[in-house]
Amino acid sequence: MKQQLQHYRKKTMADADFCSAQLQDLLPLYYKRFFPFGRFFKWLNYGGVKKNYFQRREFSFTLKDDIYVRYQSFQSANEMEKEVHKAIPYKMDIGAVFSHRPNQRHCVKPSAFQAQEKELVFDIDMTDYDDVRTCCKLADICANCWPLMTFAIRVIDRALREDFGFKHRLWVYSGRRGVHCWVCDETARELSQAARSSIAEYLSVIKGGEGSIKKVNLSDPVHPSIQESLKLMKNDFEDYALVKQDFLGNEKKREKVLALMPDDLRTDMRSDFSSLTNSVNCWDRLKSCTQAKRAPDKWRHVHEEVMLQFCYPRLDVNVSKGVNHLLKSPFCVHPKTGRVCVPIDLNKVEDFDPFNVPTISQLCWELDHLPEVVDAQAVQVTEEGQKRRRKDYKKTSLAAAIRVFDSFLEDLEASWRGRLLRESDLKNEF
Amino acid sequence: MMFLHFFVFIPFHSHFTIFCFPVLKAVESFGMCHTKWSEKYQKKMEDELKKANLPYRDLMHVSDNDLELRRKDHISHFILRLAYCQSENLRRWFLQQEADLFRYRFSQQLSGSVRKFLDLNDLHYTSILPNEKVELKTQLINSTFGMKELFDTQDFYKVPFTDALDLVRGRKIFLRHGLAYIPHNDLVSIVLNDFRTSLSRALAVTARGLPVIQEDERLQPLLKHLSYAYIGQDYSVQKNVGNISLDQLDSLATRSFPLCMRSLHYALRDQHHLRHGGRLQYGLFLKGLGLSLEQALTFWRTEFARGSIDPEKFEKGYAYNIRHAYGKEGKRTDYTPYSCMKIIQTNTPGPGDHHGCPFRHTDADLLRQRLQSHRLSSSEINQVMEYVKGMHYQLACQKYFEFTHKVEDGAFGLSHPNQYFEESQKLLSGGQHAKRENSGEVQKPVVAPVTMPQSSHPAQSSESQSTQLSASQVEEQELLEECFANGVVLRFVKGTVELG
Repeated sequence: MKQQLQHYRKKTMADADFCSAQLQDLLPLYYKRFFPFGRFFKWLNYGGVKKNYFQRREFSFTLKDDIYVRYQSFQSANEMEKEVHKAIPYKMDIGAVFSHRPNQRHCVKPSAFQAQEKELVFDIDMTDYDDVRTCCKLADICANCWPLMTFAIRVIDRALREDFGFKHRLWVYSGRRGVHCWVCDETARELSQAARSSIAEYLSVIKGGEGSIKKVNLSDPVHPSIQESLKLMKNDFEDYALVKQDFLGNEKKREKVLALMPDDLRTDMRSDFSSLTNSVNCWDRLKSCTQAKRAPDKWRHVHEEVMLQFCYPRLDVNVSKGVNHLLKSPFCVHPKTGRVCVPIDLNKVEDFDPFNVPTISQLCWELDHLPEVVDAQAVQVTEEGQKRRRKDYKKTSLAAAIRVFDSFLEDLEASWRGRLLRESDLKNEF
Repeated sequence: MMFLHFFVFIPFHSHFTIFCFPVLKAVESFGMCHTKWSEKYQKKMEDELKKANLPYRDLMHVSDNDLELRRKDHISHFILRLAYCQSENLRRWFLQQEADLFRYRFSQQLSGSVRKFLDLNDLHYTSILPNEKVELKTQLINSTFGMKELFDTQDFYKVPFTDALDLVRGRKIFLRHGLAYIPHNDLVSIVLNDFRTSLSRALAVTARGLPVIQEDERLQPLLKHLSYAYIGQDYSVQKNVGNISLDQLDSLATRSFPLCMRSLHYALRDQHHLRHGGRLQYGLFLKGLGLSLEQALTFWRTEFARGSIDPEKFEKGYAYNIRHAYGKEGKRTDYTPYSCMKIIQTNTPGPGDHHGCPFRHTDADLLRQRLQSHRLSSSEINQVMEYVKGMHYQLACQKYFEFTHKVEDGAFGLSHPNQYFEESQKLLSGGQHAKRENSGEVQKPVVAPVTMPQSSHPAQSSESQSTQLSASQVEEQELLEECFANGVVLRFVKGTVELG
């Protein structure tokens, strides 16, 4: 059986290549058989601890031909499912929880309709690394630059967990060239705009636009948070930068690194580099030079600054700042690549391969080609006697992603278990 | 309820309010001219506050005279709240100045006063236990600059990180599990945070009550005048729509754009694209220049089409945002061109960005090169860079203006890119101050400057406004202006944190 599946999956890669013209035909099937509405509701309802939390949440649909429909809101998972089946959005975004139901916002004064809460979100996009990756540009990614996202997840996740004490962090592949993070703790959802921007700034080490070449300046002593980040990156930096990117491989690349050094060190290094043949040797030379006992103080952190400038996560700060900012929902299908925005397992960040993420075509193909026998088992007869296929995803490549989401939900559930009971007890005392 | 008081005070309130003004204005200008909290800054603040002759350092011994002065101070503070709650811009300005003043005053308190102040306002912070301090020694020392020497004598306080956002933002303290460890020396940051929060909340509450007093014709013009006088022109009203044609932009950019907008213009011409921050900063500036929505759409569409974005893609991805900035989409807010303060302080540019203030966000070497390419002499460049080094970015820009326009002492306080443009146009259209140079090379403006309709002059527009006011209102305004002119100054923030 397992072998059979493996066989099908391999075949899928050839037979089920995605092309965006198929989207219109495949999406209805995807929403019917794959999209986890129930789990979605469970997540965004947060145990019903706050009244009408799910109902006051804004969803935004992007329909075919880039028609945006904002301020959608739903009573229940069922209603949401019905509406999605009707509209077949190409993309769904999740917005804030408002003071009133977004679809009834016209019934209240415009000034009374306010965004109140939202998960603290982060958006990391590979295009922001264009000046430091040598393999791809813009929306393209490859195995040689993807480690940048691995660094980003590791570094940001540690800081959120250890520095800020957030427990419920959901990392999601954005479907094309980046990752999103949803911090779902109650305290995170309640953060003000000022707090969100402070956190984003705290996490931003790379500062400066096209006007500044050296974008990282470490002060002495180095802040413990950055020290921790450096520790996390050190191990894999050499494999990434020296092997995959070969970032000191030729003169043009070397000049980019030399530009980050103080004048005197640059002169030394330029002549040293010219006699060295590969990135590994150059990097070793730089490290030994800056770490030498007699090295001047301003050389002390140069190699760390280079590392940070080339690898440290680059956040789109504006996305994190606003309570009211929309962000693409997990389990959407990316309209350009057809890949599903799947949650990433934090225990296996290194193993995550964006090219292995199932596309909508692949999933639908798998569904069609499942052995009949198995298919029959999956048909459940509901109380009303309706036949519904409930567990389709379990037999496809989406299963692993759903499992990751489930374990996130399980932890989240623990945070509200007993809350409602306790709170009603408290009220009864009066 | 609160507003009733103000009606009672109206007969004399103009006297009080004037106290507030110059102090806050002074706070702002010191903040712009000197590095905040530097010695020079502190000295300036001290001098300014000394003029008031108010006993602001000692809360322990308060005389009747002190109380009287404080009463005035409190009344002025509340009148200013009324005047400055009216818009987001005004609130931000007011909060910033009040917070700076508060921080200065707090830092000057005698230590007994600090304790009393904290008690009075029910602010209690508990310090961490010695064993925790020992356990975290390395981290605590590494988190705060210069802590190594001070460590043994410092108490640390543990507070939720949301109470110390300024310190979090600058990565100036140690954070663990959502708690911030604040050294005693930085206590002011947490107190200030409380001050800011409650003042901000109070301003919001006041704003909600504003419609009630708006009916009172005595108050309204006065409040308007108060707030207007402070922030200066905000270029929110579009004037001279249609006076600029798109093919003029290139030459105007060379002649009359401030460096930030000139860089954005050339980045756009060069790469046929700008990222979001750049589009906003430059787009709103152009809007302030008088570009109509249709012109703006044409301008961006044509330029983007030269790159990889065809008109169809433009319609889908970008046109909405431009209409949005002109208040034609979404919640229909008409956006205001960014001021220098906003450009310098908020939304720092990241990789790929061209926006921001070149004097603030560009490497010194690169900036030098750029100034050179704009034909500044090396001694001129040095003068500009001197200001940059002292972090006086607006002054640096003003110097740049003076050099590029060949004037001495531009005689205007630069605070807005659109103001830069208008001043430049005024000069080029034959202002008397323009000092012609002998070289002849830069003598004649190639472009005919855009003619500004009379009403565009800020002073004139405020004049024409006042002609519509009743005689008594004019009188009141005159009184106000007179008081400004005489420099009858002074006001203090209240000694206690106001609870909203």
